[in-house]
Amino acid sequence: MSALRIQHGSSSHSAYDLRDYHAEVIEKHTLAVLVDNEAGVLARVIGLFSGRGYNIESLTVAEVDHEGHRSRITVVTTGTRDVIEQIKAQVGRIVPVHEVHDLTVEGPSIERELALFKVEGTGNNRIEALRLAEIFRANVVDSTLESFVFEMTGTSEKIDAFAELMRPLGLVETARTGVAALARGGKA
Amino acid sequence: MTRQMTGAKMVVQALKDQGVDTVFGYPGGAVLPIYDEIFQQNDIKHVLVRHEQAAVHAAEGYARSTGKVGVALVTSGPGATNAVTGLTDALMDSIPIVVLSGQVPTFMIGTDGFQEADTVGITRPCTKHNWLVKDTDKLSETLHQAFHVATSGRPGPVLVDLPKDVQFADGEYTPPAKVKMGHYKPRLKASIEEINDIVALIEKAERPVFYTGGGVINSGPGASQLLRELVDATGFPITSTLMGLGAYPASGKGWLGMLGMHGLYEANMAMHGCDLMINIGARFDDRITGRIQDFSPNSKKIHVDIDPSSINKIIHVDLPVIGDVGHVLEDVLKVWKSRGRKKADLSAWWAQIEEWKEVRCLTYKNSETVIKPQYALERLEALTKGMDRYVTTEVGQHQMWAAQFLGFEDPNRWMTSGGLGTMGYGFPASIGVQMAHPQSLVINVAGEASWLMNMQEMGTAMQYRLPVKQFILNNERLGMVRQWQQLLHGERYSSSWSESLPDFVKLAEAFGAKGIQCSDPKDLDDAIMEMIKYDGPVIFDCLVEKHENCFPMIPSGKPHNEMLLGEASVEGAIKSDGAVLV
Ligand SMILES: Cc1ncc(C[n+]2csc(CCOP(=O)(O)OP(=O)(O)O)c2C)c(N)n1
Ligand SMILES: [Mg+2]
Repeated sequence: MSALRIQHGSSSHSAYDLRDYHAEVIEKHTLAVLVDNEAGVLARVIGLFSGRGYNIESLTVAEVDHEGHRSRITVVTTGTRDVIEQIKAQVGRIVPVHEVHDLTVEGPSIERELALFKVEGTGNNRIEALRLAEIFRANVVDSTLESFVFEMTGTSEKIDAFAELMRPLGLVETARTGVAALARGGKA
Repeated sequence: MTRQMTGAKMVVQALKDQGVDTVFGYPGGAVLPIYDEIFQQNDIKHVLVRHEQAAVHAAEGYARSTGKVGVALVTSGPGATNAVTGLTDALMDSIPIVVLSGQVPTFMIGTDGFQEADTVGITRPCTKHNWLVKDTDKLSETLHQAFHVATSGRPGPVLVDLPKDVQFADGEYTPPAKVKMGHYKPRLKASIEEINDIVALIEKAERPVFYTGGGVINSGPGASQLLRELVDATGFPITSTLMGLGAYPASGKGWLGMLGMHGLYEANMAMHGCDLMINIGARFDDRITGRIQDFSPNSKKIHVDIDPSSINKIIHVDLPVIGDVGHVLEDVLKVWKSRGRKKADLSAWWAQIEEWKEVRCLTYKNSETVIKPQYALERLEALTKGMDRYVTTEVGQHQMWAAQFLGFEDPNRWMTSGGLGTMGYGFPASIGVQMAHPQSLVINVAGEASWLMNMQEMGTAMQYRLPVKQFILNNERLGMVRQWQQLLHGERYSSSWSESLPDFVKLAEAFGAKGIQCSDPKDLDDAIMEMIKYDGPVIFDCLVEKHENCFPMIPSGKPHNEMLLGEASVEGAIKSDGAVLV
């Protein structure tokens, strides 16, 4: 199958059927890109995004199959349906790219991000920060008398929400990993 | 069977094993070991160009005229950066070439060493793929993979960067048959359902048109043959992009001529008015579509392309078919025949097309005293038509006139820079073509400004006794720029005069070649014959009308059915919103 995921015999899979392409609705999609873990492969993918003017909201990459030298790049991108289709096709034709999966349309998927937050404060602020962290199931991974570092895993939305709450309580620094995502269910 | 040898020897061995007979290149410190190996063998001819850009264009000319891979060899740093324009040109036009570049030794990479450049970084966006080889044991495998990637699927340029220590070191040579090509295997055949769907649309179409492109040429001569069969059997009209000229013969019954910005009226009108568009190996380039919103509003569209990213990129199609043009054409023809060769009555459609042809959109006002560029090309066509002829071009008005006035009967006979529009392409390309076809007539239809961009290649032409004919339509203008300034910028001719031109006859003579100048229409035929008969490189300085405009023209931002047909139609036709487009 092609990177466009055009099914065999899909005369009905015409662009006209796919969508109203005049409607410029911007969608957010999470793509999982399986690549050979070779020098420059990330630069190829990123270069394609910048060269063709596509957006990257989040990007993670790491080797996932040591023996097969395979890495998984997870890209969260935004664009019209047309642009998303182009992105998939363009990424799909990069030589060391094996597979491109659009987790947003291929069925239910799970997305997780890990974040670290440094919050400085004393007195009530400090107590409130700790209380909220508990509600959000964030862990304290470092603390001084005047600061905490919270660790938290969750959807990007949840992390955004937590960050929003921490801001008035003395949030001074944030580190986020970007999204890692997998399709639900048993099949790869 | 594996063998130990140095990396430099491997390069030469791999080229031989890939069937390479000619390499275009320029030496330097970082490729000396390879040059040393080239020196010590006779199977591969090395052509010393005078600039690395020319090496790549020559390799492109070689590739396009033979269907084989073109090979260029350049040194590190400036050698590699000079190759960038050629690589980009080949990427845009899907030309299979392999560029080998020298690199500083691996232990010096990243130190800003002498003549170090991040060549794989610089060429990443202008190659289909590239490699930096850090280990001599991997070298031969990488080279074979490079040829595989360059030629399979949608062809394109690849680059292999070769650090000098890797060239010196010993390693194991792996022959092509032993190399794993990896997962890169583009889909070639369409499904039977897709073929059936194409045939069903063909059977019902009342106003069909074939719109074909460079993909047909790239798919090989067999694809052109199948296209001819299908077009002639269905009786459908056919038009082609600049890149696809020759796939269907200009003398063929269905031929409408080239389409697009400077395409023929009948071709563009047929595209606009058709009810079925069959795009085979073309990519809806902006020179073709004009205004997207008004592009062929009432047609069902089929798009056959080997590259999935070409589908729905610009124009939404009803039936996308991913596959190799040759395979798809073969299957369509088979199924269409087996289903009884059905087609609708096309007489009304053809009658309409004949009406459009009556407009005679290529008509120009000839002159008794001045050579009109169109006339020069008409005479060139008349005098060389039946010959074993290859034509390259530079970029500009002359290129469009050449596409309009020269007829191509076969594929691989026409080499022009389409996607990138690279001035300076034609001369080195003609050298590459002539190397591949030593006995044939090779003509570069040039503009004087473009030609100067790679004029140093006169040295190469002389050294290798390549009788390339440089047919320069000298209007003493950057003609295409001047035309746009006239039509879009209030006739303010900013920097579009070709000033201080050389005496082209003397220039030819300075290199030991023949120079011919012609300015009188009455002398033209004899002068062209003199050029053809001369056994050696010729610079033909054809002094033409300076302010001729190239028509027809679809101004940027206009649809197909709003073509400008001649000077009279120009007044006020171009709006400022079109001026922002290129
Ligand atoms: C390398 C490069 N630089 C600039 C351009 C822009 N350009 C397109 S056509 C043209 C003028 C070409 O003049 P000439 O070769 O004399 O051809 P003419 O149009 O006069 O036939 C220019 C400058 C280009 N296509 N390529
Ligand atoms: Mg000119």
